[in-house]
Amino acid sequence: MHEMIKAKAIELLESGCVNRVLGWKAGEFFYDLTPAVFTTREEIERDFVYSVFSAANLSKYLIAESRKEGKVAAFLKPCDSYSFQQLLKEHRIWRDNVYVVGIACDGMCDMDVIRDKGVKGVTAVHQDGENLKLETLYGTATMPKSDALPERCVHCKSHKVVVFDEMLGENGEENPDSGRFDEVERIEAMTPDERFAFWRKELSRCIRCNACRNVCPACSCEKCVFDNDKSGVAQKAAASDFEENNFHIIRAFHVASRCTDCGECSRVCPQKIPLHLLNRKFIRDINELYGTYQAGADMDTKPPLMDFTKGDAEPSVVYGRGGKQ
Amino acid sequence: MKKISRSDLPRLFEALSQARRLYIPADDGSGQAKFLPYTPGMELTQNLNTVRSAKDLFFPQVENLLKFKVQGKQIEILDDRDPVEPFVIFGVRACDCRSFDVLDNVFLHAEPADTFYQARRENAVVMTLACNAPEETCFCTVFGIDPADPAGDVTMWQTKDTLYLRANTEKGAAVLDDLPLDDADDAAVAAQQAATREILKKLPLKDLDLNGFDHEHMLQKFNDPRWAQLSESCLGCGTCTFVCPTCQCYDIKEFNTGKEIQRFRCWDSCMYSDFTQMSAGQPRPTQKERFRQRFMHKLVYYPANNDGLYSCVGCGRCLQKCPIHMNIVKVIKTLGGECHDA
Amino acid sequence: MTRDPLIPMLGVVTDIRTDTPDVKTFRVVGLDGKKPFVHIPGQCAMLSMPGVGEALFSITSSPTNEEFLEFSIKKCGCVTDWLHGIEPDQQITIRGPYGNGFPVDTDFVGKDLVFVAGGIGLAPLRSVINYVRHYRSRYGTVDIVYGARSKEDLVDFQEILDEWSQEDGIHVHLTIDRPQDGWDGHVGFVPNYVKELGFDTGKTVVMCGPPIMIKFTLAGLLELGFDKTQVYTTFELKMKCALGKCGRCNIGDKYVCKDGPVFRLDQMDTLPDEY
Repeated sequence: MHEMIKAKAIELLESGCVNRVLGWKAGEFFYDLTPAVFTTREEIERDFVYSVFSAANLSKYLIAESRKEGKVAAFLKPCDSYSFQQLLKEHRIWRDNVYVVGIACDGMCDMDVIRDKGVKGVTAVHQDGENLKLETLYGTATMPKSDALPERCVHCKSHKVVVFDEMLGENGEENPDSGRFDEVERIEAMTPDERFAFWRKELSRCIRCNACRNVCPACSCEKCVFDNDKSGVAQKAAASDFEENNFHIIRAFHVASRCTDCGECSRVCPQKIPLHLLNRKFIRDINELYGTYQAGADMDTKPPLMDFTKGDAEPSVVYGRGGKQ
Repeated sequence: MKKISRSDLPRLFEALSQARRLYIPADDGSGQAKFLPYTPGMELTQNLNTVRSAKDLFFPQVENLLKFKVQGKQIEILDDRDPVEPFVIFGVRACDCRSFDVLDNVFLHAEPADTFYQARRENAVVMTLACNAPEETCFCTVFGIDPADPAGDVTMWQTKDTLYLRANTEKGAAVLDDLPLDDADDAAVAAQQAATREILKKLPLKDLDLNGFDHEHMLQKFNDPRWAQLSESCLGCGTCTFVCPTCQCYDIKEFNTGKEIQRFRCWDSCMYSDFTQMSAGQPRPTQKERFRQRFMHKLVYYPANNDGLYSCVGCGRCLQKCPIHMNIVKVIKTLGGECHDA
Repeated sequence: MTRDPLIPMLGVVTDIRTDTPDVKTFRVVGLDGKKPFVHIPGQCAMLSMPGVGEALFSITSSPTNEEFLEFSIKKCGCVTDWLHGIEPDQQITIRGPYGNGFPVDTDFVGKDLVFVAGGIGLAPLRSVINYVRHYRSRYGTVDIVYGARSKEDLVDFQEILDEWSQEDGIHVHLTIDRPQDGWDGHVGFVPNYVKELGFDTGKTVVMCGPPIMIKFTLAGLLELGFDKTQVYTTFELKMKCALGKCGRCNIGDKYVCKDGPVFRLDQMDTLPDEY
């Protein structure tokens, strides 16, 4: 796949179809790839990498890239394509300036997951079929690739690239039985006190680095309210620890029905807060209250929270779901 | 040299926490480590290092400076300083220990001293722990740090079943006096150090070339066109800053409690767009300038003001935590060294 | 425990003078009625109102004034908006003095001085000018080039007319951007006026004003044959601590709050162009 994508990138560039390519650039190690724009064949041959560590969702970069001169080629994985289409729907990306190459994906590995399995000091990773061969400072180790997948890939919602100009490899299918709501259901089953304690504990680790917000394709405001000194809610740190909790809850509300569940928020969180669960709770509730809806899946359906129908849930629904009168 | 069996660590922690508050690196509930106030039953982390550095204990993310009461045209100033009691930090790695030197230069040695930081420094005993199993992201040796022999009031080494302790200062010696320790010779420590140093030779980042990161090349480095490419995918988040043991920029903010105005300071990041935003203008309008500032400060500006001491200790936290894997190592490799001149 | 430098003292605004439609001058003393601290011309102080914010202002009064501090402040942000709305006897907090100040007792001694100011840029220079007037014999000739958008925008206009321009050896050159009824003085931008006046290149120039004015005035001075070592200016960047620690006024190896705000222009050439 890696060679195929590289060849495609060079082909698109040299045929004049695009004047630059958005992809992933090699780092110091096998796993530390950086999103990057390539403009020459030499750069692509030297630095372009597509591997099980090309995890970063490139869609958000296209907001800025698509506004630049000329056309940019972007390689989008299934997850990324949902984000891309959602941004198209919100008129944030200039579609004509992007050439989308869809690429199949069967899960992106996560170095933190590998470290958590007790493999430390990894200097190189080789994929050998379904296994990863890890070279470390302390010897070699083998691990099934499936053991190195983060939660978002274990419970992958869809292997289907939903928007592309060209597909490399065979497109996959949606995966309605992903089990991605299992953890949400577990939390729903808690008593309110337990649930409150669960989130207080998880969110108490927040260091307000804003990585979740800045990486989030749904957080595409030019100026976030939390960065606006005049808003009265701009805080780099919280005056009380409850504010951090509010930051995440407000953010989840703000991206509700626009969040495609790409899971980047949890991937980038330095404190391993399972932020995607907040979004998934919204997705699950929206499915239940307004009918099944997947943000970014198509260009036509209206986001339920931006549309009004007579069948919409009434505010009183909270009482039916156990809210206090 | 003193020693205690590792199976007796709970006894050691109990003794240490008698006279003062004890912080040890322990699991924060996410499988990652953090310096936490010791409570009985708490175990030392198996991880090499904490996500948040030990600087938190001297320079917390948020701290109250003072309070005001306002009535009509009158203002009353109230002290709102958190009391600082003696404490000990157990298990600080060599990199974090060096970061205290970096912070001391800013908060203690450059006039006027920051009394909030000073109070914590004076009340702390630092017990460092030598590294046995450095990771691929470690590059402290590039900055002349020896992870097999860290500084601090007390230096500690772990072997398979024993913890060795050596006091380096009077403060450290006083702490060790009160602990249930046995005398030991240096042989086991020397063997462990030799083993660690073998690993250090294999570290992939050990040969970073810092050539050219100095005052003399300040403008050359600043004007290097490659900052644009290095910073192009930076998200502008504060992760690198907040996990960094040497980042020390702060903001001063206020919070109206309804009764009083609380003035507090909190960590800030030069990566944030509003860091230098004024009503009159913005000297760093794009992420390129903000990104450049962070690395220029660590590798050029700070050393220029502090006898060449770099404001990076090679702990590797930013390597592990940057969402897009852009970091100081990539900056050094791109812009540093004789052969890399633009 | 010694008092932390971040902890301010209380002050009282005893007098407020409206200078221009958007500039007021505030007279500040300590709660004891005395001047809060001693300063050097060009130094700054942090003023704040709890609940509104804290901001850095240059001290407008001369150190030779032993009774109070004065701050000429333009309305342009959160803290300044609030200050423009207060009345006398209002308490505020104050800490300082901060920064290096102008070399009034060293490099400036014996020199012919040219002050070039635009708009509110006169504020820090007024402190120097009045210091120089006080110790008149220590310095050579004094030229003051001062421009603003209109006659109404000239800060300290009355003091300039009644006092400065009446003194021997002080030449005041006022200019406004556009012609205006009741104005028979010079019309035009400061940089051009400086060039027209064509000062002797042996003089020392002290500038303060908007960046665009500094830029073009400097170009003009260099054209006239001035050396950058003869030109001083003061800088303004966002600051929080004013102690060289919070990090935001950092330019290269300098902190504007501590190593500045006064810089000689040849020194600026050694710093990254980021101000």
